[in-house]
Order: sequence, then structure tokens, then C-alpha cells
Amino acid sequence: MSEMTLVEAVNLALARAMEDDPDVVVLGEDVGINGGVFRATAGLQARFGPERVLDTPLAELLISGLCVGMAAQGLRPVGEIQFMGFLYPCIDQLVNHASRIRNRTQGRLTCPMVLRTPHGAGIRAPEHHSESTEAMLAHIPGLRVVIPSSPERAYRLLLAAIRDPDPVVFLEPTRIYRAAKGEVEDNGEALPLDVAFVLREGRDVTLISWGAMLKETMAAADALAVDGIAAEVVDLATLKPYDEVTVLGSVTKTGRCVIVHEATRTGGFGAEIAALIAERSLTSLLAPVARVTGYDTVIPMARLEQHMMPSVDRIVTAARKACQFS
Amino acid sequence: MADAGLPVIARFEVRHRNYLAPDGSINRPLPAFASDASLLTALYRAMVLLRIFDRKAVALQRTGRLGTYAVSLGQEAVSVGIASAMRGEDVLLPSYRDNGALIWRGVKLEEILLFWGGDERGNHFSGPVEDFPFCVPVGSQAPHAAGVAYAFKLRREPRVAVCMFGDGATSKGDVYEAMNFAGVHRLPVVFVVTNNQWAISVPLRLQTGCETLAQKAIAAGFIGEQVDGSDVVAVRAAAEDAIVAARDGQGPRFVEAVTYRLGDHTTSDDASRYRSADEVQTRWKEEPIARLRNYLVGQKMWSKAEEEALAAECHARVEAAVERYLATEQRRPETMFDHLYARLPEAYAAQRRELAGEGDV
Ligand SMILES: Cc1ncc(C[n+]2csc(CCOP(=O)(O)OP(=O)(O)O)c2C)c(N)n1
Repeated sequence: MSEMTLVEAVNLALARAMEDDPDVVVLGEDVGINGGVFRATAGLQARFGPERVLDTPLAELLISGLCVGMAAQGLRPVGEIQFMGFLYPCIDQLVNHASRIRNRTQGRLTCPMVLRTPHGAGIRAPEHHSESTEAMLAHIPGLRVVIPSSPERAYRLLLAAIRDPDPVVFLEPTRIYRAAKGEVEDNGEALPLDVAFVLREGRDVTLISWGAMLKETMAAADALAVDGIAAEVVDLATLKPYDEVTVLGSVTKTGRCVIVHEATRTGGFGAEIAALIAERSLTSLLAPVARVTGYDTVIPMARLEQHMMPSVDRIVTAARKACQFS
Repeated sequence: MADAGLPVIARFEVRHRNYLAPDGSINRPLPAFASDASLLTALYRAMVLLRIFDRKAVALQRTGRLGTYAVSLGQEAVSVGIASAMRGEDVLLPSYRDNGALIWRGVKLEEILLFWGGDERGNHFSGPVEDFPFCVPVGSQAPHAAGVAYAFKLRREPRVAVCMFGDGATSKGDVYEAMNFAGVHRLPVVFVVTNNQWAISVPLRLQTGCETLAQKAIAAGFIGEQVDGSDVVAVRAAAEDAIVAARDGQGPRFVEAVTYRLGDHTTSDDASRYRSADEVQTRWKEEPIARLRNYLVGQKMWSKAEEEALAAECHARVEAAVERYLATEQRRPETMFDHLYARLPEAYAAQRRELAGEGDV
């Protein structure tokens, strides 16, 4: 067992998957000798050869479309899109083909592919490198959308995604690629998809988040504990389909809920969770469901981006307000 | 005008292939397979079946028993000619107008009717199980073809992916991205464009500034050939050359089949809004079925009696398929969830139960 960063855990999972299954193919821009712009694929080409670790031409639609064709032939392609801002040309393939080829052909053709991409702001990158449009993907029937929040979950959820018989978009929180460190045992064991993880138990308020934003959310829970407020923290991990049982179970217990995401508010995934709680658990609520989100604007460039993202303070304030509501 | 003194570093050419003239006479010696009368008549039979099937499908649509349908009228030689050069284990990635290719490859007529009748079970081909279903988002199947061909190459399988699309599709980046990648990796894939002159109401001259579509292959690093797409002998010959080369490891090929859509774009379209009756009338003189029939009759390979028997046979086959199509029992509403994921996520089980009328959500 060794201490590693989240991006190293991604690399480890890819290597493990390729070792275990000759059908796993990694493809994308600069994934070969360069090991990917974040080094997520470092060393893989040297180990598994250029046929299985494939530098594609600079064409994102192609990468996603190749994955569909390969997957329909029984390969397990893992495509990399360098930044989420360049994922948009893949939407056609994700919506029209990857997510529905099983349904269209009534199971005759299937699409066991993974499309990985760095997700989110906070890395002081150029324009178009800081997208957090996961809600757009989570709206697509037939797709899975997964966001890990620790090295351990990155390793085990990526293994699960690659082994899953359906298409998965795997969003890797760029901001904690190297900031998150933890022990990971390379034993090939996967965590289940579609399952939320309770990172911290508490009886007073439920904080729900995913990806990099769990860092602030956990810090907020620490700050609330100093005030004597016991926050329960839920890492949603899979956004599509998401674990309604864990969400409702936690909110029924605490009676209060704050949803935290850095994506813009309108139509964000927080709205979905709030609606679920309103529909199924309204009577257990002791306070309105609150959302702490990015603002409804383009994610600003480096100088302002931290003002867009929910801060520990904003989360703590929202949680306190929920707890004081009478 | 470029400086005439500069050296030329590259020159490219695009060839055009044609054997049968519109009246069925021959322009040049036919390829070897054309001496096989049973093959030529099989191609002829397939084209006639397609035309009769199309006519019936339109009638079904007009009487509310089929949804929107795309006819192949005038371009039957392309689908049939291309498919006839494929092997069973090759993979076809068709556009929505390639009924003829699917039928040749063994997809049942009632499956095609089911698809156009609004039922996904039509895509569950009982025939070639690895073939892709009709692709509606124009050109988006081209990257799939490259992916399929990459899988063949990786596994050292002597198989070829054949991807079909229309002239409109060649304007999309998808098609170029796929061709470019296929060129880089010398993949066993054949791209076929059915250049029927029109993309709904937009004529070829507004689709491209290129003289030929075949030359688009040059930018991707492989051979593009143009064929007379109303001459099934030429289509089959070009397809065979391309598929054999691809199977042999010589990389991808591109075939532009120049033909004409004599009918409306689909049953929802009225082509008289954007093109003249004169133009269509002129093009009728080049259509592929009469052309081959004239040749076959001239060669004493085909007779009036055979023609009548074929028509009766096709009608009977189509009617039987229509009966099976119309008798297909409805899917239960909750089955819309059955193939969404390999295993239905718990989160959607309640929605399925709601559709099944089983209690509350
Ligand atoms: C990406 C996309 N855009 C628009 C359409 C709507 N549409 C359907 S068919 C068509 C014309 C396609 O022309 P072409 O590729 O030449 O094929 P043809 O119909 O002539 O066989 C259009 C615009 C579509 N299906 N897909």
C-alpha cells in the first residue's frame, strides 16, 4: 500500500485494467509518450505498446466516436479528453450513440466505453479549461457520470467504470489531481457505481457534494463541529444514476440539507437533488433545502475564479442558517 | 497564377469507373464477375425487390401504417452493389437510406418496416448481428466505422468495415475526422458516399466547392475513386477492389457513387419545391434497374417470363413481410427501460413499475 495523488491513482487503475484485460485500449491526444497533459497515462505506452495506448489526431468528436465503434466490437476503450472545455464536440456521440446504442438495438450492440476528462475550476488555467458542466451529462439517459473525490475512490471507481458494460463519463477533479493524497492498495478491487459515500456521519445537517468541492465541504463540516453542529457529508460520486436512497436516508435523519457544487446554479445538479427531497421527503424537512453553488456566469479566468467557487465560509453560513431555521 | 518555375511536389488524380451505358450497352470490357449470370441476375433481383418494397412502404406511410420513410428510388445500385462485395463477417455501418444493403445482408423486410414503423425491435437484426443500425444523425457513423476497423486491426482479423453516407454528410467534420484517422492507421475500412446530388433541398454545388467528392480521400492519404452509381456493375467492381485492398492490409479506400435521387427525400418531403420536373425526367433515363435489364436482355441472360415471375415473387415476399409487420404485437410500455442499461439502475426501477401500472412511484 502506498501514498499517492489522485492522478497517480487514475494511472494505477488504468495500468491495472490494461494488465487484467487485453481488450482495454487507452486513446486520446498526447496520451502516449507524453503520458497525457496531466500524466494520467504516464508509462502506459511503454508498457502496453502504441496499439493499446494510442495517440489520436486532434479531434475530440473522433475520440468519442472511435470509442463507440471499438466498444461495439467488444473492446473496452478508455478515451481521454484533455479538458472538459473540449468535451463538447463529443456530446453528439454521447447523446446520440454511446448512451443509446444498446437501447436502439435492443441489446444487440453495446457500448462498454469510458470517456475520462479533467473537471472543474480552480487551477488558474486558460479559458475553456475550467468547465463543470456535469449536469448536462447527467441529463442523458443511458449514460453514467462518475466523479471521484479521493485517490482511493478514483482508483476503485475507474476500475468499476472500465468494467461496467455501459458507457461512463469519468470526471476527474482537476483541482485535487495532486492536492488529494491517500493510501491506495493496488488489489484490483472496485467500488460500486451508482452508490453515494457517507464521508462523515452527523445528525444535524446533511451536506451533499461531489468531486473537488468535497474538500471545502469537509472543511465546512469541521468548522461547524466547532460550533457543536454535527454535519453529515455525502459524496454523491455517481451523478447518473444517483443514489436516491442514501440522499433521502441522510436528509430524513438530519432534516436539513445543503447541496454544494461549483457548477452554475440554474439547472445544476443541485436542483435535481432539491426536487427529489421536495417530492419524497418534504415532511422530514426542518428547513428549506439550500444550494451553495457557482454563480450563473461563465467561470471567470484565473483572477476571479475563486470568487465563483463556493468557499468554506459560504457553506458554513448556509448550514448555520439551515440549523437556525425554525 | 503560381510561378511556373516552381517544382511540383505532388500530383493527384481521381478516376471514374463506368461499364454500362444508360441504354445497357457496354463502354468498356466488363470485370470478370460479370460473366457470372447468376450474380448479375441476383443484383438485378435485389434492386427490383428494393423498388417494390419502397413502393409498398410509401403506400403504408400514406395510409398511416408506417412512419416517415426514405426511399432509394434511382439509387438502388449503390446499396446493392456495395453490399454484394462484402463478406458476412464484415461490418456495415449504414445511413438511413441503405435498405438495399441491409436486405442483401439478410435483414428481414419486416425488421426494416418495424424500424420505420417506430419500433426499436427493427434494429435487432436477426441477420448480421454486428452490423450497425441505420444512422440518422448524418455522418456520425463514420467515426464508429474507424473504431470498428481499429478493433479488426488490433485483433488481426481479416474483416472490413464498410461505412455508407450521403453527399451532405461529407460536409461534416465527423466524416473527415474518421477518414483522417483511418488514413493514419491504414485501417481496413471503406467509406462510401452515395452522391445523389441532393441533401434534402440543397444541391451538391452548395455542399462543396470540390469537383468530386472522391478527392476528399486525398487529404486523408488514400485513394478515392468515383463510380457511376447507376451502373451496378461499376459499383460492385469498385467496392470489390476497395474491400479486397482493405482486407489485404492496404488501408482504407473511398468510393464516390454518383447517382440521382429520383424520389422525394423522405415521405415528409416534396422535392418539386426545389427541383424541376425536367431535371428529374432527364435523370430517369439513367436509372439503374432499366440499365441492367437492358444489358441482361441483350445478353439473353434475362427474359420477359423471368421478369414477370420476379415481380410476382417480390410482391408476394413484400406482402408477407407487411403481414408479419402489421401482426407484430405491441411492446409493453415498460419495456422502454429494458435495454437502457445492462442492468436497470435501482433509481429508475420505480419509473418502470409506473409504466407497468404496478403501484405508485
Ligand atoms: C447531423 C444532421 N443534421 C441534419 C439532419 C437532418 N437531415 C436529414 S437527412 C438530411 C440531408 C442529408 O443529405 P445526404 O447526406 O446527401 O444524404 P441523402 O439524404 O441524400 O441520402 C438532413 C439535413 C440530420 N439527420 N443529421
